[in-house]
Amino acid sequence: MRMSEEMADYVAGLAMLELDGEERREMAGELEKILDYMAALDSLDTAHAPPPGPVLPLKNVLRPDEPAPSLPREELLACASARDGEYFLTPRAVE
Amino acid sequence: MEFYNLTALELAAALKKGEVSVAQAVQAARARMEARREDNAFLTPLSPAPESIDLDASPLAGVPMAYKDNICTRGVPTTCASRMLEGFVPPYDAAAAEHLTAAGAVCMGKLNMDEFAMGSTSETSCRGPVRNPWDPQRSAGGSSGGAAAAVAGGQVWYAIGSDTGGSIRQPAAHCGVTGMKPTYGAVSRYGLVAYASSLDQIGPIARSAADCAAVLDILRGRDRRDSTSVELPGGPLLDALTGRVKGLSIALPEQYLEDGLEGGVAAAVREAADTFRALGARVETVSLPALDWAVSAYYILACAQASSNLARFDGVTCGRRAPEGRDLAQLCAASRTQGFGREVKRRLLLGTFVLSHGYYDAYYKKALQAAALIKDGLNRTLEEYDLILSPVAPTAAPRLGESLSSPLEMYLSDLYTVPANLAGLPAVSFPCGLDGEGMPVGVQLMGRALEDAAVLNAAHAFQLATPWHKMHPEGGKRP
Amino acid sequence: MIWETVIGLETHVELATRTKIFCGCSTSFGAPPNTHCCPVCTGMPGALPVLNRRAVLLAVRAGLALGCTVSRRCAFDRNNYFYPDLPKAYQISQLYLPLCRDGAVDIGGGKTIRIAELHLEEDAGKLVHDPWTEQSLADFNRCGVPLIEIVTRPDFSAAEEVIAYLEKLKLTLQYLGVSDCKIQEGSLRCDVNLSVRPAGSRELGTRTELKNLGSFKAIARAIDYEARRQIELLEEGRPVVQQTRRWDENKDATFPMRSKENAQDYRYFPDPDLPPLELEEAWLDSLAAAQPEMAWEKAARYQTQWGLSADDARTLTGRKPLADYFEAVVELGAPPRRAAGWVLGQLLAALGARGLEAEHIPLPPAALARLIHLVETGALNRNTAARVLEAVFDAGGDVDGYVAAHGLGQISDPAAVEEAARAALAANPKALADWRAGKGKAKGFLVGQVMARLQGRADPALVNRAVDALLEESK
Repeated sequence: MRMSEEMADYVAGLAMLELDGEERREMAGELEKILDYMAALDSLDTAHAPPPGPVLPLKNVLRPDEPAPSLPREELLACASARDGEYFLTPRAVE
Repeated sequence: MEFYNLTALELAAALKKGEVSVAQAVQAARARMEARREDNAFLTPLSPAPESIDLDASPLAGVPMAYKDNICTRGVPTTCASRMLEGFVPPYDAAAAEHLTAAGAVCMGKLNMDEFAMGSTSETSCRGPVRNPWDPQRSAGGSSGGAAAAVAGGQVWYAIGSDTGGSIRQPAAHCGVTGMKPTYGAVSRYGLVAYASSLDQIGPIARSAADCAAVLDILRGRDRRDSTSVELPGGPLLDALTGRVKGLSIALPEQYLEDGLEGGVAAAVREAADTFRALGARVETVSLPALDWAVSAYYILACAQASSNLARFDGVTCGRRAPEGRDLAQLCAASRTQGFGREVKRRLLLGTFVLSHGYYDAYYKKALQAAALIKDGLNRTLEEYDLILSPVAPTAAPRLGESLSSPLEMYLSDLYTVPANLAGLPAVSFPCGLDGEGMPVGVQLMGRALEDAAVLNAAHAFQLATPWHKMHPEGGKRP
Repeated sequence: MIWETVIGLETHVELATRTKIFCGCSTSFGAPPNTHCCPVCTGMPGALPVLNRRAVLLAVRAGLALGCTVSRRCAFDRNNYFYPDLPKAYQISQLYLPLCRDGAVDIGGGKTIRIAELHLEEDAGKLVHDPWTEQSLADFNRCGVPLIEIVTRPDFSAAEEVIAYLEKLKLTLQYLGVSDCKIQEGSLRCDVNLSVRPAGSRELGTRTELKNLGSFKAIARAIDYEARRQIELLEEGRPVVQQTRRWDENKDATFPMRSKENAQDYRYFPDPDLPPLELEEAWLDSLAAAQPEMAWEKAARYQTQWGLSADDARTLTGRKPLADYFEAVVELGAPPRRAAGWVLGQLLAALGARGLEAEHIPLPPAALARLIHLVETGALNRNTAARVLEAVFDAGGDVDGYVAAHGLGQISDPAAVEEAARAALAANPKALADWRAGKGKAKGFLVGQVMARLQGRADPALVNRAVDALLEESK
């Protein structure tokens, strides 16, 4: 799997990370090596693989529609990167 | 005898008898934390002043312990050893912390680790590497390196770690202590900062299998807040420790003893197999070809899930905000770029790539199928055998600075530990000898899902018959 | 060239659960910002989702009512994207194994709209732009409110069909108790996918997606505008660009929204925090059997069982709260056709004058039933009753109390009754003559006349006695 710098940039964009020139080259190289190793998976015959699923056959884990206390707003907002007394503050979102 | 040579259960017994007070135990822990400060095991040391510990609350009530720093503790910083979470003080406790507090655990603080549990050496911490108490030039292993080092160095009697691909078992092996990854779901993940949700599991690191059983008895239990949690069947694990392995059958995967395994480690594992034989178990080599894909499957699944789990740390709603940023996207990217270390970024990029348009089927889906095959293969082996014995890591603790230069090689060293996570099986790592350089070597036993008691009992039997778990880094090598 | 418009809809509907889809926070609308939040719905580290049973139940009910096949096994996936209204940076949704598939909705006029799928997902928060600080304020109360997304096939060809479908969908979901479907409060939101092609062509044209459609009127206008815009482009030989466009209510036009439309790469994968759902056949059957009566079924019953006109039946069932109210009044003994008259007449007028919706009728059904009873028994005449309704409408509906307090009830002053009786006899000499001639019915007429003079408020016994006495006197 060839990991071009363009591809690395595209992936970094999706992951919301910035890569400078040096880093982009290095990361692309490292990812390429790792993906080359993983390419071996191609040769694994998964035609008869059991269906993937949780480790234990859990299903239908549900809770009743009953209210539970919310977090006091001060405690909630205390975890925010930026806040006023009522809201989380973010840079202007376009749209 | 120094307190710190006691096991957690021994200290608890002394506390219950009134031979030692909780305050004295805390003081002893503080003194050891001071003495071993250079190990860099703690990120947030605490000085608890417990006044009203109910010593009947649990078999371990009053015993000082500590948490890996990815387990949320109400009112105490939880940073995952990342700059991203500097200053994060959760307003809630992890389920594990709730259980332990109710059981009378005395928390000495939060432990160093690989950043967001991503690493095998505890060197990716933003606060510097954890040093191995056996040799300060070596890594304590990872990612629960602080937990293993703190227990091995006598700073606390047990610690709570997390294991996504070996992060409890491998540092336990490198530090000469016992670490247990329970069956997936046996311990609630509520409040564990997620790395790879389908693989993460909280578990104990302690000085003996019996201590691990006592801790797991406190941690275990179905939690309404974790949809993947399950109730381990049966009574207390501690009561299940008969110390008998006579008549058990143990499988030893042959490819695990071939290339890549360091001589000293191979010898110690073979010797462990002989010990089990001597104790009356039947040990046979088996072939488990699906294991060859384990590392690939593991890194695809883990990194992909991490790319989603860590996306919330954007400096906007959660996580440290970068000081500048023209607009929303830029601020978010700047916060993440500055907040995450290199290994985390590498895994986020890898994980984002394998999920991205056009690659999902070839990577993520394929990895899910490979994991299903591995689980199937292990379960078949475990229909025939009671336990699977294997090395924990190909070498003893690596020297600091050697591992991060080659990520792929670091990943490959996880080959013995990741299968238990992919299959959700319980696995324990415990000391089985020293290598030629006097560093501890661990061995791993894996068992059937939900049969955590069987795994711990076999390790307990081994420890009744051998002295390895009693070794202390300051107490000389082979006793 | 003749063009045809091809439209598909994606409709998001908030489910009427008490709590959010994955945590116990309240879903109620209009709370102070960030007060219905917890670590789970705000994506704090270590928090985990647990699925609300009622959300599944309501979604299955909706699926069954829309003729869908409910999947025996379904699961949740993560839809990953960065936006500050989504604090986890992924939305839990269903891509690979949705809850329901392949439904159909009959919108009348022989037209059926196919439903491609219906799945469960969580809502995002709300952002408010603060013009003073150039910042956005995030309120996460809505984060994690359960939604169903209903995706149709591109089966619509005009705005009227879209509106007919939405009206039907809204009625259906309201009748099921699945959602209140309030488009103003955002509990029903609709995105429109639209393309045009030469009439008769089998290939689909390039489509645009229209968002920010805040009312049925806006949806209809946006569709008309966008179809015209695309046709004009194509007729000028210019291409339609695949993009998301925002409807601007004030400018009456659509404008492009996301510049990086093609950069959307949501990286869906199965959510490892949530085990799959496996629905039992028997449970699905029992739900199907317990589906409530739908609007059109009710309307038919009102006509056959109670003799209502088709128009009245349709109006009454057009809003479930109104139909519920009407049925409650009938249940309390009011004759159905009278009850319908009152509900559609005075009651709707009173609501309209106050700008109230049918779910907020302040007058208890028992009060209206009592009023109708008083009219039926002649204790109040219709006009007085209408005045009473207006007076007690917002005041708790104490009909009898109001009637008594304002002396609107029976007149029990014998002198007043006698005076009215004298006047009535004097005004109706023919009736008097008839009575003398032995026509017993004439007395009834005279009693009625007296009642009328007293606006129906007199005690009938008193009136009878007064009339008897005067007739006796006149012998």
